[in-house]
Amino acid sequence: MAGSTLEIKDLHVSVEGNEILKGVNLTIKGGEFHAIMGPNGTGKSTLASAIMGHPSYEVTKGSILLDGEEVLDMEVDERARAGLFLAMQYPSEISGVTTSDFLRSSINAIRGEGNEIPLMKFIKEMDQKLDALEIDKNMAQRYLNEGFSGGEKKRNEILQMSLLKPKIAILDEIDSGLDIDALKIVSDAINDMRSEEFGTLIITHYQRLLNYIKPDYVHVMMQGRVVKSGGPELAKRLEEEGYEWLKDELGIKDETVGQEA
Amino acid sequence: MTVDTEQIYTKDYIEQFSKDRNEPEWMKTLRLEALEQSATLEMPKPDKTSIVRWNFSRFKHDYVQGESIESLEHLPEEIKDFFDPENLPENLLIQRNNSIAYASLSNELKEKGVIFTDIFTALQEHEDLVKKYYMKDAVSVDEHRLTALHAALMNGGIFVYVPKNVEVKTPLQVVFWQEDPTIAYFNHVIVVAESNSSVNYVENYISNNEDETVANIVTEVFAHDNARITFGAVDNFATGTTIYTNRRGVAHRDATINWSIGQMNDGNTIFENITELVGDNSLCHANTVTVGRGKQIQNITAKTIHWGRNAEGYILQHGVMKDSASNVFNGIGKIENGASGSNAEQTSRVLMLSEKARGDANPILLIEEDDVMAGHAASVGRVDPLQLYYLMSRGITKQEAEKLIIHGFLEPVVSQLPLESVKKQLKQVIERKIN
Repeated sequence: MAGSTLEIKDLHVSVEGNEILKGVNLTIKGGEFHAIMGPNGTGKSTLASAIMGHPSYEVTKGSILLDGEEVLDMEVDERARAGLFLAMQYPSEISGVTTSDFLRSSINAIRGEGNEIPLMKFIKEMDQKLDALEIDKNMAQRYLNEGFSGGEKKRNEILQMSLLKPKIAILDEIDSGLDIDALKIVSDAINDMRSEEFGTLIITHYQRLLNYIKPDYVHVMMQGRVVKSGGPELAKRLEEEGYEWLKDELGIKDETVGQEA
Repeated sequence: MTVDTEQIYTKDYIEQFSKDRNEPEWMKTLRLEALEQSATLEMPKPDKTSIVRWNFSRFKHDYVQGESIESLEHLPEEIKDFFDPENLPENLLIQRNNSIAYASLSNELKEKGVIFTDIFTALQEHEDLVKKYYMKDAVSVDEHRLTALHAALMNGGIFVYVPKNVEVKTPLQVVFWQEDPTIAYFNHVIVVAESNSSVNYVENYISNNEDETVANIVTEVFAHDNARITFGAVDNFATGTTIYTNRRGVAHRDATINWSIGQMNDGNTIFENITELVGDNSLCHANTVTVGRGKQIQNITAKTIHWGRNAEGYILQHGVMKDSASNVFNGIGKIENGASGSNAEQTSRVLMLSEKARGDANPILLIEEDDVMAGHAASVGRVDPLQLYYLMSRGITKQEAEKLIIHGFLEPVVSQLPLESVKKQLKQVIERKIN
């Protein structure tokens, strides 16, 4: 079976009345690794949040299709059960709920009623992934994200992705706040996911992540749109030359959202 | 036999009631004096809640005998869930209606002189001990009309006594089962831990009635020098019952009293939990959780009064309100002159699940001494939409996500209950109430 396809068509998104995304078009297929780069404030995280259904983001126009089904008509939990995953930049802290209880609830929600994961199997899988991500096993018994360091939160997001096995994952600045060792561990876990059944959209503004995760496609976002797409060589050039050449080429003075070209 | 309230507020009725129990003379006198006082004393005035229209006068007062329970292997359906069949309690009293239906206490504890019996038996067999503690140093008869009525009409309860240097390692468990839906509970519980002793005591109230009645409960807990008492309770009175519950502790030198209370009633409730930290280095944790639903109104007060030096009192109250339920948490830390080095800390939080639910957290610090520490945290709010979003983004339905957040919110108190089976049972009650 081939993987899933996520199609983003002419997506416009507003936050508190300000239009942040102004017509994004992007298609991600199973087996493909996409990277979105671009300076801060150009709408990258807004795109991630809008796909997952963050309550503060309003889609004013456009469409997001997962295997032809309209994602925008789904509740957040339905999107997850349909196969979408977002590794969040700022995951919430949930007091009183252990990470392990939460993981089991999530896995069972995704698997569906009558198909719950046997407890021993769950523990085995979780332990395996905790080891792979070099996470202290105590974390499973700690309350979800409460008192976690920045790095622990990021690893926990990737732990969840590994266990939930989504069809399409969006990773929102998963590299920020990670030291080089942690970055390698997290990258390995993401690379391990690579298969025909899995597609990902990696959002970053540091090229260094792409030294460890090789994207098939690289896109640049400015002013709420994808302004340039290419292969890995595009990321390389951005690292070496910055964004100026691209702004010149496109006639953009300020790349952030809210400024006219 | 139903007796309406006109009749029970008479000298004759009370005299007869006391005589039928074969009570000592002082008890009868205490009841009669209390009855007289109840006519003139005022109702309590819980902060920020009006109880003027609450039913404290319509109920059936009687001593209703409950059928005996021969063995725990054949527990009645209604109370089966309260026990773990794999791990049946060694030390257990089941009060069915007003009488004891089942009683067991390990031989080891009996030999060590531990008393664990109902209040009427204690009045016969340990009269002096009961007299020493009964409504003297903790709760007074004349605090207000409800304490006086309690004293006049007391019709059940438990007496626990742990002698000097005795450590009770397995918890003492009591189940109060209001099988007759109309009876009023005027239970009186006394727990005494002598010097250097320790005990875990856990009680459950079970009722399923919709009928109108009253629970007026007074509990007095005494921890003598260097004693340690853990007092757990799950109160679970049904909608028709109006509840006044007063649990009070007195902690002497180096003593500890830890309260873990699940206020899971469905009827209107006044709950006050006051701990007098009279001894130097005494310590108290007063933890309460509650879930309100329907039109239920609750007023919950936790108070630590610091008399001894270096006395520490920590209050933690978490409440979840749904439908049009409302709840006031009063947290009071009172540090008396001379209680130097004391610390009074409190946290009260209310989580509201609906537009009509109401919550209030009312922190009060009353400090008469300079060299002390004190602090409070209070919050009243709704389920954080970003927490919901996060959980739902992992496939969990909104309803399940809310449940996780609510259980998590109540967890800090639930986890402190001293008995696994009661912890589990409290979780089930919470689950039922939030669904």
